[in-house]
Amino acid sequence: MTALHYHPVAELVRLVRSRELSAREVVAAHLARVAAVDARLGAFLHIDESGALRRADEIDRELASGRDPGPLCGVPIALKDILVTRDIPTTAGSRILAGWIPPYDATVVERLRAAGAVLLGKLNMDEFAMGSSTENSAFFPCRNPWDLERVPGGSSGGSAAAVAAGLCAASLGTDTGGSIRQPASLCGVVGLKPTYGRVSRWGVIAFASSLDQVGPLARSVADAALLFEVIAGFDPRDATSIDEPAPRLSGALTAGARGLTIGRPREYDLPGVDPEVTKAIDGALALLADHGARVRDISLPNVGHALPTYYLVAPAEASSNLARYDGVRYGRRPEGSSTSLLEMYRRTRGAGFGPEVKRRIMLGTFALRSGYYDAYYKKAQQVRALIAEDYRRAFQEVDLIASPTSPTPAFQIGEKASDPMAMYLADVFTLSANLAGLPGISVPAGLSSSGLPIGLQLVGRPLDEATLIRAAAAHERAAGPAPHPPELAAS
Amino acid sequence: MAALTREEVQEIALLARLHLEEDEVDRLCGELSAILEHMEALRAIQTDVEPMTHAVPMSLRLRADEVEPSLPVEEAVGQAPDRQDDLFQVPHIIKSSR
Repeated sequence: MTALHYHPVAELVRLVRSRELSAREVVAAHLARVAAVDARLGAFLHIDESGALRRADEIDRELASGRDPGPLCGVPIALKDILVTRDIPTTAGSRILAGWIPPYDATVVERLRAAGAVLLGKLNMDEFAMGSSTENSAFFPCRNPWDLERVPGGSSGGSAAAVAAGLCAASLGTDTGGSIRQPASLCGVVGLKPTYGRVSRWGVIAFASSLDQVGPLARSVADAALLFEVIAGFDPRDATSIDEPAPRLSGALTAGARGLTIGRPREYDLPGVDPEVTKAIDGALALLADHGARVRDISLPNVGHALPTYYLVAPAEASSNLARYDGVRYGRRPEGSSTSLLEMYRRTRGAGFGPEVKRRIMLGTFALRSGYYDAYYKKAQQVRALIAEDYRRAFQEVDLIASPTSPTPAFQIGEKASDPMAMYLADVFTLSANLAGLPGISVPAGLSSSGLPIGLQLVGRPLDEATLIRAAAAHERAAGPAPHPPELAAS
Repeated sequence: MAALTREEVQEIALLARLHLEEDEVDRLCGELSAILEHMEALRAIQTDVEPMTHAVPMSLRLRADEVEPSLPVEEAVGQAPDRQDDLFQVPHIIKSSR
């Protein structure tokens, strides 16, 4: 029998529902695993042990009285610390929110709780989701369970590391430019970024509002699909929520790849891509072709402009969204800063934000300021329209678009920390799906010669997560279950 | 585009309501100039299209004008750095004449 901490979500639900195991046993086993491993990993910012055990006992009592707690009955889940959780501290990885205890739950948190999930705690991330390595956490960096000297990716690095190392059964992250898919790739797990508007963002701390989306990180495609079904669907409290019912995905999980056409953009043949990554993606697509998919070359002529476009759009929106952290309603206000209102704002924000957040606020304020708007922000929004049009045209010919998720496997801690542009390039393959609002998934596609995970990214049509899940599941079935990282507990 | 000067960085920081230390101003001069150089590539692109403001086409919905439960005042102001009764307190904005 495999250890409890690597059980699939559906298996945990079956064990708890049938009362072969209590929810308390499942949750306690995961909390013990966190206690044994996380000091070396740094995935958790907050562990809610008493809350988790209390909720597990409630679920056991519901089952004892003949009620069904829901489709995630007793499943231990931990959340990226950007999702607001009632009575559980939420920081977005920033000192400016340290100590804040939200008075309400995000919609996705409400939905997980209502489905019977048990929240173990909150996971490490780059401050305000700005970064690709989780080194920008204001508290401590998170490490990659495959190699503790390497980054787990980011910004949802704590989510990817915790799922890969079996500290929780699954997690939710957010993805503004690749922040679910890239860490999933670097940690060897599945990460799904749904279509923009598919999952409610009410109670999700905002980074770039025209790009942000919430999605699952999990150890299998089926687990990711199960979480997605629970969190997706219309929410009147989110003005950008799409009024469509959440899709049912069980059919997609077994439909197979036969009949699908997958495009490979020529423009993604870039010099900075690790040859081992290219080889792994070739192998993954050959496997899908063996199982009946058609793979062909396509062109996305403007996709090469995604990086500069994104780094104007996202910081501009962030500079506006982060204006709310002003030392008035929540968070910290430094001592002795209250000589004037302006000085109080400047001191609060100067002390509360880290270097990457300040960099992006500055960049965004530059791009939006009077006299520069047309040359920068408006221009970027126009190029964004061209990129979206490239995808629309490509999806008349293909069902999915494939690429590496990340140009390289996990890099060393500190390797890119002093060079913002090098770090930004880590997201070169993931940004354009956010700009175009499209769903994307990263699935494990083998290991490099030094034993580091490589991820295959698939991008689909708007609202067509089912086809992503279908191809991802077909690949997973053909390739076999993804391996777990080397054991961390002993020592 | 020429590199950003210290004065420009200070001016943007004021607009952004950010206090920066001297060494932060120096570092941001170099970093922002390098990043903006990469943005220059966009200028050469022909863009005779409407700017895309949202990832998917959408129009704003109106909700019914009905009273709904909202956060209790104590919860709303309870975690403010400074408060007076049910209000958020900030430094004086208008000088008192007394």
